[in-house]
Amino acid sequence: MTTVYTLKIDGRDVAGSEGQSIMEVAEENGIDIPGLCHLQGIHDRGACRLCMVEIAGSPRLAAACMTTISEGMEVTAHSERLLEYRQAITEMMFMERNHVCAVCVANNHCELQGMAAGLGLTHFDLPRINPKVDIDASHKLFAIDHNRCILCLRCVRVCDEIEGAHTWDIMHRGLETRVQTDMGIPWGESTTCTSCGKCVQVCPTGALFEKGRPVAAGSKTKRPFLPWLRVVQEERGL
Amino acid sequence: MSEMPAAARPVRRRAITEETHEGPPRATAYVCEAASCMSAQAHDITLRLGERTARAGLGDVEVKRVGCLGLCAAGPLVEIAETGQLFERVRPDDVEPIVKALKKVKPADTRRSQGPFFEKQVRVATENFGRVDPESLEDYLARGGYEALQRVLSEMTSAEVREEITRSGLRGRGGAGYPTGLKWTTVAKAQGTQKYVICNADEGDPGAFMDRSVLESDPYRILEGMAIAAFAVHATEGYVYCRAEYPLAVARLRTAIRLAQRAGWLGGGIADTSFTFDVQVRLGAGAFVCGEETALIASVEGRRGTPRPRPPYPAVQGLWDCPTLINNVETFASVPAIIRKGPDWYAGIGAGKSRGTKVFALAGRIVNTGLVEVPMGMTLREIIDDIGGGIVDGRPFKAVQTGGPSGGCIPAEHLDTPVTYESLIELGSFMGSGGMIVMDDTSCMVDVAKYFQDFCRDESCGKCVPCRVGTTQMWMLLDKITRGRATLADLAQLERLAGIVQKMSLCGLGQGAPNPIFSTLRYFRDEYLAHVVDKRCPAGVCAIEQPAEVMA
Repeated sequence: MTTVYTLKIDGRDVAGSEGQSIMEVAEENGIDIPGLCHLQGIHDRGACRLCMVEIAGSPRLAAACMTTISEGMEVTAHSERLLEYRQAITEMMFMERNHVCAVCVANNHCELQGMAAGLGLTHFDLPRINPKVDIDASHKLFAIDHNRCILCLRCVRVCDEIEGAHTWDIMHRGLETRVQTDMGIPWGESTTCTSCGKCVQVCPTGALFEKGRPVAAGSKTKRPFLPWLRVVQEERGL
Repeated sequence: MSEMPAAARPVRRRAITEETHEGPPRATAYVCEAASCMSAQAHDITLRLGERTARAGLGDVEVKRVGCLGLCAAGPLVEIAETGQLFERVRPDDVEPIVKALKKVKPADTRRSQGPFFEKQVRVATENFGRVDPESLEDYLARGGYEALQRVLSEMTSAEVREEITRSGLRGRGGAGYPTGLKWTTVAKAQGTQKYVICNADEGDPGAFMDRSVLESDPYRILEGMAIAAFAVHATEGYVYCRAEYPLAVARLRTAIRLAQRAGWLGGGIADTSFTFDVQVRLGAGAFVCGEETALIASVEGRRGTPRPRPPYPAVQGLWDCPTLINNVETFASVPAIIRKGPDWYAGIGAGKSRGTKVFALAGRIVNTGLVEVPMGMTLREIIDDIGGGIVDGRPFKAVQTGGPSGGCIPAEHLDTPVTYESLIELGSFMGSGGMIVMDDTSCMVDVAKYFQDFCRDESCGKCVPCRVGTTQMWMLLDKITRGRATLADLAQLERLAGIVQKMSLCGLGQGAPNPIFSTLRYFRDEYLAHVVDKRCPAGVCAIEQPAEVMA
């Protein structure tokens, strides 16, 4: 038997079961908390920091995707301060690598772009960092343009948790961090990649894309299969 | 350095001299063989001194290597134990004065004062420094080693041990100052049959070398402290997570573990009781962030060393999801003394909510660079002027940086503040693990802030956005300021960014990264303004770029 807790998110009374995160409860109740590394169906890692919320009685902000609910919790998911912080984080993501929407395969179908629009971000004050990064187009179907990668690691997690291949992982640290295939060899030479394309499907930006067609022609919009696959896995005890 | 790496060294090597003499030696020369003196040929001095005393027919003289004698600035150091006479900057080819002094030592001699550097210190965690051969279990036992563990195992319950630690007021010496007794109780009460104890020896702050010195000078003490902690929290396995950059510390620790296992102080059935505890060493591969406890645990587990949000805290869900106690080297080093001398004795030292003593590593523009242990509540002025001997070349003091990359710079007007966890936070700094970098008027505070930002930028693990991108953006702004190309808008942007990185980052590295900026802005805003508005660096450190002249 699971315990059910009641709590408030942005003043609304909501209920959730023990072990659920604030993010999950908010999603169930139609409250939109922004987030780019979060994706229903794969484990959360609390890295993008866009879902940071205020919890009454706590001096610190908490990541909604990683914080489990408790009885009587009062969560503020939207405030002036949080909006300012979220705008700043989004700006940092844009200014880290070479994000130019106009020439991107994911233009108008990009979660990062959508995030900026949703947060009312109109311009950037920070300078670009623009580290020199590569494009790996060695795979026969897909390619990765690291310039557009925001290191949400959805690809890494979906490959490991859903596909079970663990082709993707990360290397280096700080600004040098890159996602990699099979210990850093070109994607096309990977022996573990099953070419399933799940990583391309979950990528929030145009970093991972199918060769020869823009994201608009693909199916990067809704991903109903992920939570379903997770349920199937759990039922089979995997 | 001919002896390093020390893996192939014989296990025991006590006296260098021929042991023909019956009874205790008449005179003993302690040669400091910690990393700092070792790098200045201290081991050659030991060998040479042994050779010379033997040739001079001094069979009743012992030459012995010991751990850190503290005054690293004057190394290599040799001390004559009986008289307290200290030889500084000894060279292997010039040991005759020491041999002469050894000849003169009489049984009636008493130790004379060694000056304020030594006299004003209170040694608890470092009490065996410079007194024992770091690898010798006999030496450690002779100085009261393992008395505490013996007492804990034979006379106390685990609850009593926790109670004593709580009563002593000991707080985490890694920097944050979390009450140690409370942490132990949390781990003890956490559900789970398997529990772990981890010693955090991943000391990475620039200018900090406390943990290294403890491991190099008195490794058994850590093992005893960890065993007591394991008994108190019902753990059976322990790990020491030490950075690989400390080869001497790792070698001595490994020797100590081996000898302690052999003597029955580690392993199954310790001291003929049913208590079982064993320790393994894990080496860090050079990531600063692995000093953060959740990243450290990931690293011990063999995963990528990145932090995860807390809660759940490691005390509840740590190594391999089991309740795990993580304490700093110095915290464990204080434990045996607390048990041996009683919690009230320890609580009697210190000030306010900060009880006991703290080890500091003095570095920078200070005369007595080295390792000191002082009671909490001593003022910064006493530490820097009396113990530290003031500033090199008699230059004016400008600031002292405490707490490493998460700390701040404290200016001259606050030198009379007593050093406690709370007072340093109030001043916008941080206790940190205990590094103190002293700066004089040749340091530019903007440049210092830039240095620490560069450090954080380089050491960011890259997991969360505010730390990965924010630290670089802040560093770029500071770089712009130091080159004289910034505007007041850039300064405002820097402050805004610093606030966001502090609030939004995932772990202590990112949350603390803006602290050097905040504290230098708080006390040295005029220096920032000089760079931004007047395009000059008051300390003359920064290379201000002159704007190209435009032909009218």
